Amino acid sequence: MATTAVESERPLRWWGTRRGQHRLVGYGFLIPDGVLLLIFVALPIIGAFYISFHDWSGIGTREWVGTQNYETLIRDSRFLDSLRITIIYTATFVPLLFAASLALAMLVNSGIKATGLWRTAFFAPFMVSLVVASVIWGFMLQNPAGVVNAIIGLFGIDPQPWLGSTRLALISVILVGLWQGIGYSMIIFLAGLQDIPRVYYEAARIDGAGAWRQFRNVTFPLLRRTSVFVLIISFISALQMFDEVFVLTQGGPAGATTTAVFYIYETAFRFLQLGYASALAIALFAIILIFSLIQLKVFSGEPED
Amino acid sequence: MSLKTERDAAAVREQIRPRRRRKFTARTAGSRLALYLLAVFAFFFFAGPLLWMLSSALKSQPEVLARPPVLVPETFHWDNFVQVFEQVAFGRWMINSAFVATTVTLVSLLFHSMAAYSLARLDYPGRNLIFIAILSTLMIPFTVILIPLFIVVDFIGWVDTYWGLIVPMIPHAFGIFLLRQFYLGLPRELEEAAIVDGASLVKVYTRIVLPLSRPIMAALGIFFFLANWNRFLWPLIITHDRDLYVVQVGMQQFSGERGTQYQLIMAASTIAVLPILVLFFVLQRRLIEGIKLTGLKG
Repeated sequence: MATTAVESERPLRWWGTRRGQHRLVGYGFLIPDGVLLLIFVALPIIGAFYISFHDWSGIGTREWVGTQNYETLIRDSRFLDSLRITIIYTATFVPLLFAASLALAMLVNSGIKATGLWRTAFFAPFMVSLVVASVIWGFMLQNPAGVVNAIIGLFGIDPQPWLGSTRLALISVILVGLWQGIGYSMIIFLAGLQDIPRVYYEAARIDGAGAWRQFRNVTFPLLRRTSVFVLIISFISALQMFDEVFVLTQGGPAGATTTAVFYIYETAFRFLQLGYASALAIALFAIILIFSLIQLKVFSGEPED
Repeated sequence: MSLKTERDAAAVREQIRPRRRRKFTARTAGSRLALYLLAVFAFFFFAGPLLWMLSSALKSQPEVLARPPVLVPETFHWDNFVQVFEQVAFGRWMINSAFVATTVTLVSLLFHSMAAYSLARLDYPGRNLIFIAILSTLMIPFTVILIPLFIVVDFIGWVDTYWGLIVPMIPHAFGIFLLRQFYLGLPRELEEAAIVDGASLVKVYTRIVLPLSRPIMAALGIFFFLANWNRFLWPLIITHDRDLYVVQVGMQQFSGERGTQYQLIMAASTIAVLPILVLFFVLQRRLIEGIKLTGLKG
């Protein structure tokens, strides 16, 4: 198929023909979004690669340094640490989010009373931005006077420095992400659950399948596509986590919550190493891409629903 | 349900024999109780922080971090809300957010639907190639283009302008993709009939396709608005002028400065959340439809 611009065999009034009309309106309607995509998406993508081969502070001259940025980053212990933290975060966040949102969707769908109340309550945090969510939790996790410490105090546990200890800070950040994000996945699962025809369960029951067998053999297989979607979306967003860390911990204490994106942000906009930060971003992109491809491979390897 | 023990499962199986008419889950009283306990626990986890925010927003300075915590303030300090607006330009930030989010939403909906109509219905060389090129940008995480995007916007001279907040946030391949899918699913007959009657393609778009896309536009619109109201990283980078802060950025600065005045921070949080919560309660059905649409058909 030719990709060149408008052409026509009949130069006279070509725009009057059906073909001419389709081309004229077709390309014309693509222009507004097309131009924006070119300037604000395509150009930056190319730019990211270009800048990553330079040493540049944003002001002054760019200096071509070849692959030096990439050579530096594989030996940059702060970057490797930030990757490790990102992976720990993702490996904790994604399974918890998945299990909790599926469980809550099934809870809401189980025929308990006041469905609307529960659904609204579980979903409400999604309305709150991650910034506000972090501000609220930052307040609740205060040490020693925060309400979370008051609640654990009821069970005889001493107040904990939730955001101040290297051990607990990452857990706190995960908690905030889960609180804010579960509602969205829950709704997606709920939609998936409601699409499962009731007759499947009836058939399973006639065959004597208990609740667990019904879940294992009916619900879960039929939620495959939904599950893959939730997994991939939450995976990609977890690998790019930023807002909670920025608000709650600024990457601390002692770098314990410096995720990859936070490190890229710091490198670019605090230390003004735009070239190096671009190389870091591209390395992160490569990692995300590899993980996504592995996920797709794993999931497409199994039988389709 | 998912956490049923073998014993519960056996109990359920027992009860299956005389076929029951009602829902199959939550059979025994015990598992029913467990379900409600789980629901109540989850309720406190999810709604609790929001209720706590509201209650703290109405507290006095000594009450807000009192030990043991005060559940309901002795007197409601509504003046906290007034103070938020007096101490910082919170009203201005709210207006900025509303303006930016509304503009991005409306312009995106129009542009995406035009592009989607073109890609779904019109016939011209290179159409599939263009579509694939647009789709492929979905794979690129925002983080990757953040720095060059900033440089591009800086080059245009849009740092610290509304243009910089709005225009780069408009292109969005996912929106185009979803609308295209929707248009592919529309019956062609209406459009063809109009063309037979002599309507131009532009007229077909404005008179038939646009009105038919109202439901998906509403759903997508809420979603775009929410995403842009809550956006943080881009406005953080592109604005340094306090008058141009959106509420998420202002909020963050504000809470950093007022570290000890938590009642004010919570009042500010409440104000920042309020428009969205109101929108949510009014448009709950549409929003959930939208998530199903954007989520599942992705």
